[in-house]
Amino acid sequence: MTGLDLLLAGVGLVAVGAGWAVVATNQVVRAGLWLVVCLGSLAVEFLLLGAELVAWTQVLIYLGAVVVLLLFAVMLTRAPIGPSPDLDRRIGPASVVGVGVGLSLGTLFAVAYGWTRYELPAQHGNAETVGGPIFTTWTLPFEVVSVLLLGALIGAVVVSRGAK
Amino acid sequence: MHPFIPYAVASALFGLGVLGVLRRRNAILLLMSVELMLNAVNLIFVTADATLPKAAPTGQIFTLFVIVIAAAEIGVGLAVVLQLFRLKAAINVDELPLAEPGDDDTGDTDVADAAADKTGVPDVA
Repeated sequence: MTGLDLLLAGVGLVAVGAGWAVVATNQVVRAGLWLVVCLGSLAVEFLLLGAELVAWTQVLIYLGAVVVLLLFAVMLTRAPIGPSPDLDRRIGPASVVGVGVGLSLGTLFAVAYGWTRYELPAQHGNAETVGGPIFTTWTLPFEVVSVLLLGALIGAVVVSRGAK
Repeated sequence: MHPFIPYAVASALFGLGVLGVLRRRNAILLLMSVELMLNAVNLIFVTADATLPKAAPTGQIFTLFVIVIAAAEIGVGLAVVLQLFRLKAAINVDELPLAEPGDDDTGDTDVADAAADKTGVPDVA
């Protein structure tokens, strides 16, 4: 266990705890705020793994845009401040499936990777090394994704204007 | 760096996301759980990328694509949820009928009409 491993494990524990709070809290606004903690600690995890550009994109898009959008939606649907008792179904079947999926994924990774040690590559995730392939190898998917985003946003406007 | 640590974190987050999607009734909380699952996948991509130092950072590029698609998904999803709130004044997914009320009746009469048409055609001819 190196220092980096300890940091990864600690930040990961924060992420998992905040994720548990997102699916377990009975206050809608608090779920959104716990989501901020979870996504923020994942951004730290990306930084520790050397993916600078992805980490800052995560902060910009997820913390800056997606969570704000979710909180706006919470306000617009007039969610009650304070605990709401009717947010959940019974936890039994859902927890069986959730724990099953998590454990089987974890087992898959344990079998595939074991306790192997890898050296973290230097300068692997800055804007230059990530941006180069995007605009050479991945140009077509990049353009398709941007058209998809444009189409989705126009679709969102059309849907929220409603039928006339 | 032992990649099993971030992989274990990602597995736990994905399981939590599945749990939330199956358990939550509120549509906005459902979308938050979907975000948890998407982020678990992002963490898997970035970790796998860190174990391949020689190759181009394809995992990170895919993570960026996933982030963009998640932003599009949350935009459309919240538009649908808000429209639902405007129509029904509730966003509880348990109370949503999957078909319009009275759909079954019209379906039956359609079948009856079709049967009547079939038998009716020779009469007209």
